[in-house]
Amino acid sequence: MTRMNYGTAIRAAFMHLLDHHPEVFVIGQGLWAKWYVGNSMTDLDKLYGVDRIMDSPVSESACTGAAVGASLCGYRPIVVHPRVDFMLYAMDAMVNQAAKWSHMVGGQAHPAVTIRGIVNRGGEQGAQHSQALHAWFAHVPGLRVVMPATPADARDLLIASVLCDDPVLYIDDRWLYDLEDDLPPVVERPLELEGPELLRDGSDITLVGSSYTTQQCLAAANGLAERGISAAVVDLRVINPLRAEPIIASVRKTGRLLAVDGGWRTCGLAGEVIARVAEAVHPAELRALPRRLTLPDAPAPTSKPLERIYYTLVDDIVTAAADLVKEAAR
Amino acid sequence: MTRDFPYRELGTLSDPEQHLSALAISGRDTERLLRQLRDMLLIRRVEEKIGDMVTAGMIVCPCHLGIGQEAVAVGVSEHLRATDRVFGAHRSHSHYLALGGGVYPLLAEVLGKLDGCSKGMGGSMHLHDPAHGLLGTVPIVAGTVSLAVGAALAARKDGGDSLAVAYFGDGAAEEGVVHEAMNLAAAWRLPVLFVCENNLFSSHLHISLRQPSDRVARFAEAHRMSAMTIDGNDLLAVSDATASLVAGIRRGEGPAFLEALTYRWRGHVGPREDLDVGVNRGSDLALWKRRDPIRRLADALREAESLQEETWQAMDRAVLEEVETAWRRADAAPYPDESALLDWVYAGGAAK
Ligand SMILES: Cc1ncc(C[n+]2csc(CCOP(=O)(O)OP(=O)(O)O)c2C)c(N)n1
Ligand SMILES: [Mg+2]
Repeated sequence: MTRMNYGTAIRAAFMHLLDHHPEVFVIGQGLWAKWYVGNSMTDLDKLYGVDRIMDSPVSESACTGAAVGASLCGYRPIVVHPRVDFMLYAMDAMVNQAAKWSHMVGGQAHPAVTIRGIVNRGGEQGAQHSQALHAWFAHVPGLRVVMPATPADARDLLIASVLCDDPVLYIDDRWLYDLEDDLPPVVERPLELEGPELLRDGSDITLVGSSYTTQQCLAAANGLAERGISAAVVDLRVINPLRAEPIIASVRKTGRLLAVDGGWRTCGLAGEVIARVAEAVHPAELRALPRRLTLPDAPAPTSKPLERIYYTLVDDIVTAAADLVKEAAR
Repeated sequence: MTRDFPYRELGTLSDPEQHLSALAISGRDTERLLRQLRDMLLIRRVEEKIGDMVTAGMIVCPCHLGIGQEAVAVGVSEHLRATDRVFGAHRSHSHYLALGGGVYPLLAEVLGKLDGCSKGMGGSMHLHDPAHGLLGTVPIVAGTVSLAVGAALAARKDGGDSLAVAYFGDGAAEEGVVHEAMNLAAAWRLPVLFVCENNLFSSHLHISLRQPSDRVARFAEAHRMSAMTIDGNDLLAVSDATASLVAGIRRGEGPAFLEALTYRWRGHVGPREDLDVGVNRGSDLALWKRRDPIRRLADALREAESLQEETWQAMDRAVLEEVETAWRRADAAPYPDESALLDWVYAGGAAK
């Protein structure tokens, strides 16, 4: 076991990939400067050389397209976008090109590219430096979308993403970087086998989260336990393709669902989770109407008091879950 | 930290040991120069105050300071009117202030207060002051360059001789949209002035590590538009170049490009002189500080005996007092109401 935090676990994944897979290289902004990517890539340029760790001009679109192109020629490039917001310039390469390629050419070629988009928010950064747009990308067939919530997943899902033959969007969240855990040695596992996992079992309510909101759900489950409420927590991990069975199984047991997401409400991931449950679980099996906690449908503000009410807190999850459990059985 | 690259085309402009002397001001309007000196000083003192308040923990939003680059905005704005349409980026305090934006609404904005120029909803990176022609500044690199082209299109539809200005950096020139925007403006002969503040850096990377040439105006030539590359720390050079480019645009000759060579004294973001992005520009920074745009104009006025030491001191005291007064007021001002979060999402009020 090795003690790591989420950030150093990502770095360990890069090292594993660069050590064992010569076809892996990395392009992105800030790769030679600690500031952009926290502690997740420190000194990789010095260890592996600037030809494999390529800091780039401010050219998200071309860098991403170039990675897609190289992936069609036998390489497994990783493109790093220090903020999901900046990655929007790369939309065409990701959505029109990489995601469609295999299907458009009859399954004869696969862009094995990984795009790493970092969610970096709070600190009064405002509307263009705060976004969590995973739901958009999960909407696109052909693009796998991965959102690790734990240090182990931060490492192992990055490795699985890069070794996967499909294009993968791997989204990590700066709010998780200090989270620590003891990690076993790396085992390479196919991404196709990865999906939502029950992290904690419970009998009164199912909390579903991804990335940072999974950690919030775990903390909320502790708070709920103090109030005598037994909450299960499902961590989504891979949101496209989304395998809903573990969520459905848990909701069948608890009869209640609270979906928590770090994105907006309308057409968001929490809505998708609720829809999957609604399609599979008969209303008679439910003890309360499903609920979701998301960001309000507004851009991120900069003003201190507005930022305070903008983001979901663990207490909000505890309150919403307790309310759901209190609701009269239907 | 820098790399030898094939096209070091800026000559002495990128050499901090050149262009250090006092400006040649003979024959210029002294009153105007004194006003511009004060404008540059105000920008510097406001940004120093913002930097100090970031250090003190009073300001939280990311602040990109342009200390050292004041001559560009002041020299350009001299030739603009309130009916022109100006767009900026993440490092735009100077653009806002040089157009006549108030110190109080700027400081209120960085504090997230309702009296801020964006009602406290944007902070340092999202400034808005249409009364003075500033339609917006945003931190997505190159995000407003095409918007400026659209504002130029609107200006032409309106008739008259208003123009648009797009301020951006040498890093922004690496975004594809800048080239699309320049082509569009040139193909449609739109009244827009592209102003590239080339400070040789995009966060931690020197231009030699990002582009094959250090001269950004080469792109303007490719798009067949008038372009000038000048010393951006020389107020008169900025002003004269802008005057001639703006005159051409207002005559209907299509877009033009001004590249102003300059250098930021602080780190990429925040108040520290350097190291914020893991780079130490040490000796270069010390050299560039000697090419101070304010000092070079002040020295010239002193040599011409148009600026006495007491006048200079009094000017600085008045500027500092203005900044302090605005700060105290901004600090005491109220935040927006919580309802603002949803009220300003759509034009019709609270989002349903
Ligand atoms: C689309 C996008 N990519 C990357 C960034 C991160 N970033 C912010 S400012 C900046 C440097 C831009 O350099 P330049 O245009 O030269 O402006 P300067 O900072 O020198 O004023 C970068 C890379 C961003 N804000 N937006
Ligand atoms: Mg620059």
